[in-house]
Amino acid sequence: MELYMSLAIGVLFTVGVYLVLSKSLLRIILGTSLLTHGVHLLLLTMSRLKTGAAPLLGQKADAYVDPLPQALILTSIVISFGVTSFFFVLAYKAYQNLGTDNMEQLKGDDDE
Amino acid sequence: MSLLHAVIIFPLLSALCSPYLQRMTIRIHTGWFMLPVPMLIFAYVMGKLQLVQEGDPIQASIPWIASLGISFTVYLDGLSMLFALLISGIGFLVVLYSIYYLDRNKEAVGTFYAYLMLFMGAMLGVVLSDNMIVLYGFWELTSISSFLLIAFWFKREKSKYGALKSMLITVFGGLAMLGGFVLLYVMTGTFSIREIIGNVSAITEHALFVPAMLLVLLGAFTKSAQFPFHIWLPDAMEAPTPVSAYLHSATMVKAGLYLVARLSPVFAGAAGWFWLVSAVGILTLIYGSYRAMKQTDLKAMLAFSTISQLGLIMSLFGLGSAASVYAGSTESLFYVKATMAGIFHMINHAVFKGALFMVVGIVDHETGTRDIRRLGGLMSVMPVTFSIALVGAFSMAGLPPFNGFLSKEMFFTAALNIMEMDVLRMDVFGILFPVIAWVASIFTFIYSMVLVFRTFTGPKTFDKLEKKPHEAPIGMLLPPLVLGSLAVVFGLFPNLVAYTLIEPALAAIHPSVLLPGQQFDASIHFWHGWTTEIFMTIGVICAGTVLYRLHRRVKLLHQPLFSAVSLNRTYDGGISFLNLGSKRITDCYMTGSIRHYLIYIFMFLIISVAVTMGRVSGIRFDFAGFAPMSLYEAVVIFALTVSVIAVPFARTRMMAVILTGTAGYMVTLFFVIFRAPDLALTQMIVETVSVTLFLLCFYHLPKLKKEAETLRFRLPNLIIALGVGMIMTLVALAANSSRSFESISDFFVKESYNLAGGKNIVNVILVDFRGFDTMLEIVVLGIASYGIYALIRLNLDGDEKSATAP
Repeated sequence: MELYMSLAIGVLFTVGVYLVLSKSLLRIILGTSLLTHGVHLLLLTMSRLKTGAAPLLGQKADAYVDPLPQALILTSIVISFGVTSFFFVLAYKAYQNLGTDNMEQLKGDDDE
Repeated sequence: MSLLHAVIIFPLLSALCSPYLQRMTIRIHTGWFMLPVPMLIFAYVMGKLQLVQEGDPIQASIPWIASLGISFTVYLDGLSMLFALLISGIGFLVVLYSIYYLDRNKEAVGTFYAYLMLFMGAMLGVVLSDNMIVLYGFWELTSISSFLLIAFWFKREKSKYGALKSMLITVFGGLAMLGGFVLLYVMTGTFSIREIIGNVSAITEHALFVPAMLLVLLGAFTKSAQFPFHIWLPDAMEAPTPVSAYLHSATMVKAGLYLVARLSPVFAGAAGWFWLVSAVGILTLIYGSYRAMKQTDLKAMLAFSTISQLGLIMSLFGLGSAASVYAGSTESLFYVKATMAGIFHMINHAVFKGALFMVVGIVDHETGTRDIRRLGGLMSVMPVTFSIALVGAFSMAGLPPFNGFLSKEMFFTAALNIMEMDVLRMDVFGILFPVIAWVASIFTFIYSMVLVFRTFTGPKTFDKLEKKPHEAPIGMLLPPLVLGSLAVVFGLFPNLVAYTLIEPALAAIHPSVLLPGQQFDASIHFWHGWTTEIFMTIGVICAGTVLYRLHRRVKLLHQPLFSAVSLNRTYDGGISFLNLGSKRITDCYMTGSIRHYLIYIFMFLIISVAVTMGRVSGIRFDFAGFAPMSLYEAVVIFALTVSVIAVPFARTRMMAVILTGTAGYMVTLFFVIFRAPDLALTQMIVETVSVTLFLLCFYHLPKLKKEAETLRFRLPNLIIALGVGMIMTLVALAANSSRSFESISDFFVKESYNLAGGKNIVNVILVDFRGFDTMLEIVVLGIASYGIYALIRLNLDGDEKSATAP
């Protein structure tokens, strides 16, 4: 399972990076959100998959899955959500004020 | 703290007061207040003469940075005393001269004296410091104050050019010198020059010895305007003439000579030192004297003359270092004569060059020009100036009965002596020294004659001048008069300085040469008898006179020999090449396109991680213990992969958003499968909100241009993306395959209920075990929401296009 998960993570990263390298601001944001998914799955996979029950003590299981990465991912999900929404609004304002979402046109002046 | 420290600090303090003095006093020239400073210092150092002469140096120390072995240690021996007397003595005369030279109503004299006193204090600091780091600090302070003084008339373009050039070159050398000092520290473990000299035998065989020597010499050569670093000195002539006289003839340019003399006991045993110092000196001597003949500006001529004389002294110090090769034997005293000649000429040069600069300043002041093509016939209107110029120039040319004659004789002696050396391959190259010395002396003779006779004799062409020339005021004449008389006095009674100044200085430069109980014999005789040197001098005078005569008519020596190879052009070209080159290189990679920067970052990531994985042996790929995959999971993985891969191919923006959302929901499903209920819950909500937000932002955006939505294919992007994906896959696999220690999660599982009273372990970790993370994560969300609010509401430039403005 870990092997296939690793491959899926690779796919997520590949597409995420490919989108981040594109010209459109919109696709860059989509790329970052795919990269975020990749990172979360990577965190989860690295702690070994399916080694026990869900980390709820009421279940009286012999073994539980590692709860620490889950806590880390939860924190990360919230932070990346905050950052992504900020990016959305920033891109939206950039559109409104500059009239383009092409990164090549958003270059600074040479004198700067 | 001793009086010797006060000698250094006193000028620095007076530099602080100087600008206020100018503002507070209405009628009195600020220079008068500054005059006592060098006078008192001179008197103090003179008072120590007896003490130092008896071989009893003064040493005092103030701790500064004790943990680094840096203390402000001052040390007064023969060599330091000689320099301190030169600095304060000529400093006194220069201050007096500048009072009459600078008009207090037209010039910022307060600033001028502030810089000048700063320089004087720094220069005294250089020659009196025993600690190398302190010495370096004062060394750079002389560079800075010299920079300020050259650019004193900062509205002139040429002043600024000259100041910058001298700054760049001397600071370059200064930094190299610092490197040398640090290497010396590495070898000996002390910054004290005294202790290093006492420990020389430990470092001569050290591998860092030669680099340290080269770096220190680089500092000395740049400061003392040796070939090819001499180019800053002629451009420094844009400074006011008192500055040129003081800094660029008598003191600062001798700092390099001081350094060479001071560190001679450390390095002189090495053949490299002998060859470098002598050869660079003799090369500078001939080159400087050749170039001096071609100048038409009096100050430029004096500048090249200074370069050439500095080369002479440098080569004498180099030749004198041969004494260390024969250390301990009577033969070494033979070569000490060269060092003695160097010191004597250094005194002489300070005397006559100071006088000549002041004379040129007077001529400039009284006629309005320094161009010898426009000058002439000033002899009858400026008799006193002419007399001083005559004495100075004859002394410079090495004619009897002036002091330059004696030092030139001694120079010839040293150059001839060196041929008889049987070590250091002198038998082959030794003949070069007297020959070059002789030719350079002829050149020196010619430009000295040009200096005097083109300026003061010949037809009177005063109608072309801006001012009607007349004799200078007495205050302006007094300092060069003193220096001119000294040139005669030292010429006739050389032993005045020989026993008092030169002997202690020799003892400082050659501590190891003397056998116990021996004394240096520094007596200088005016007349040696009919020796080779006398015939060489007669030859110089004859050949020089003939060439001078011819030179005036046919410009014999003005051939464009060196015009093709201009070091200034190399310097200017180098500077603009560096400017342009760095701009080109920066433009090359700083394109302003975010895509390029991301490519650099990703490339770096790929390469560094791949190389590390290839190099480190601990990484292995072990698929044992991996969990099996069920059908559901296969379906979810397939769905995730397909939806992700489809994103770049999406035709519309809407489609891309929905595909990304799908990927997010597939991740939610993974969280369900892998037993993470809290994650699944959060991920689902967040994904939903994100997609909604996305659609809000971009679907309903007005006036959005209908662009071609498909992503253009780019191979480099794909390659980099694939590289990153593969690297991350490998990282994931490697991390799974090797686990070096057990997880700490057992603790959380065991103690979650006992310690925190919660059964949901993830939640307990979030709010109890690691609650701090959660608090800051809440802060992040808070900042993001405030940021978003500010972005939407704040519209500072009053742009009317804003759709959300209320």
